[in-house]
Amino acid sequence: METGASHSLPSIPVTLTVNGERHRFELHPWVTLLDLLRGPLQLTGTKKGCDQGQCGACTVLIDGERINSCLKLAVSVDGAEITTVEGLGTPENMHPLQKAFLEHDAYQCGYCTPGQICSAAGLLAEGHAHSRADIRELMSGNLCRCGAYTNIADAVEEVMGNQAVLREAAE
Amino acid sequence: MRPFDYTRAETVREAVAALVANPEAQLLAGGTNLVDLMKYEVAHPAAIIDINHLPLRQIEELADGSLRIGALVSNAAVAYDSRVKERYPLLASAILAGASPQLRNAATTGGNLLQRTRCYYFYDPSSPCNKREPGSGCSAIGGVNRIHAILGASDKCIAVHPSDMCVALAALAATVEVEGPEGRRYIPFAEFHRLPGDHPERDNTLAPGEMVLAVRLEGNHFVPHHSYLKLRDRLSFAFALVSVAAAMDIADGEIVDLRVALGGVAHMPWRDSLAEAEFAGAPPTEETFRKVAVRLLAGAKGQGGNDFKIPLAHRAIVRALSQAAAGTPQDQTVKAFQ
Repeated sequence: METGASHSLPSIPVTLTVNGERHRFELHPWVTLLDLLRGPLQLTGTKKGCDQGQCGACTVLIDGERINSCLKLAVSVDGAEITTVEGLGTPENMHPLQKAFLEHDAYQCGYCTPGQICSAAGLLAEGHAHSRADIRELMSGNLCRCGAYTNIADAVEEVMGNQAVLREAAE
Repeated sequence: MRPFDYTRAETVREAVAALVANPEAQLLAGGTNLVDLMKYEVAHPAAIIDINHLPLRQIEELADGSLRIGALVSNAAVAYDSRVKERYPLLASAILAGASPQLRNAATTGGNLLQRTRCYYFYDPSSPCNKREPGSGCSAIGGVNRIHAILGASDKCIAVHPSDMCVALAALAATVEVEGPEGRRYIPFAEFHRLPGDHPERDNTLAPGEMVLAVRLEGNHFVPHHSYLKLRDRLSFAFALVSVAAAMDIADGEIVDLRVALGGVAHMPWRDSLAEAEFAGAPPTEETFRKVAVRLLAGAKGQGGNDFKIPLAHRAIVRALSQAAAGTPQDQTVKAFQ
């Protein structure tokens, strides 16, 4: 797959596994992971908010770790496994976090939601949160301009508390 | 972002050679600062040398008991490392006070040392800025300077270093291991960053072609008495207005060794080891800590918008030292004062 207009500019071979599917690209080195996901791959669940690492809307998992995809040059994660909100679950088979966000009405406009959910998935995998206060602190990289924070914390807390549900999702 | 050439270095030698061959090149690690600066066109390197494949992702124990943290170890990996938490809780605490979990997962140890100021004018290519464009002037002097320096500034630049991690590393007197065309050398942390003087475009003392390989930490006696206190406009995910890394060794009711490093107040983590030494033998009391604050801030100078930082820093120093003395370090989750 080719991104960018001119063939005179450098392009670099990159292989990425995105939501379990392997892709090969020839990329200009300045293409961010976010733009690759939303453009050529048409995975528009991941959102471009500030594009500066300040809002968390672009959060995805790289090799299981949550990061801001807007600040990652795609060429620099060659070989990585990327999980976006589309890879966590589908409307028919939702991830426990997706279910909990629905049940707790953990959004208004929904623009920050994919980043919130990917971030929460990273938080649960990290295992450093043990209380609601921990959740609030460790979700602070995701801003919600609608101010749904209380319900977001409720949703994450419910899933965190239900280790059985979590184990099932991991299988 | 402007186009650039891209190469991957597979060895440290290759990276150094590429840096020497192209002085306009920059190293790319986590990218959390460099990519941001490139988007703003504050940085527009002609070439990027991707060092993510270098074998610098380990935290190792050395024979002399010190810990060597590779330049590519993420900030999160350092903060949650069991050895760091046990032996250098001040460092773990400072890291967790900074940025967000996503940024800490991507940002590296070397990159944290090399991150650039968050001065609004530095970030705005349409404003004069001596750091971004030497000789163009400083817009912050006489401008909006709420976040700027109260110590060690020059008439060319009043920007501050934005790191939390580096404030703890300054207090712990870490060593920076670097490799360059002349070989390897070890830079005491206090000599790694620099004050702006007449050359604010230089943040540190790395020579051309040199790169950071690791940060080394020796053993210390500060585990029982330390605290990292960070004051900022919102409780999470904001840069420090003032931060204090406080540590002390107390024996028989007297301070044996005192360490105080300040963040958010100068072009580099601010530490005055001569001032610290004057308090050896003093009792670890609030009265002593007030004297420490007065001594450390004796040369402080406001720029108008940041005048509030001087009394704020005074109180923060007293508070952090009191927390350290009491063995009740500042919690980085529940940020109520203890």
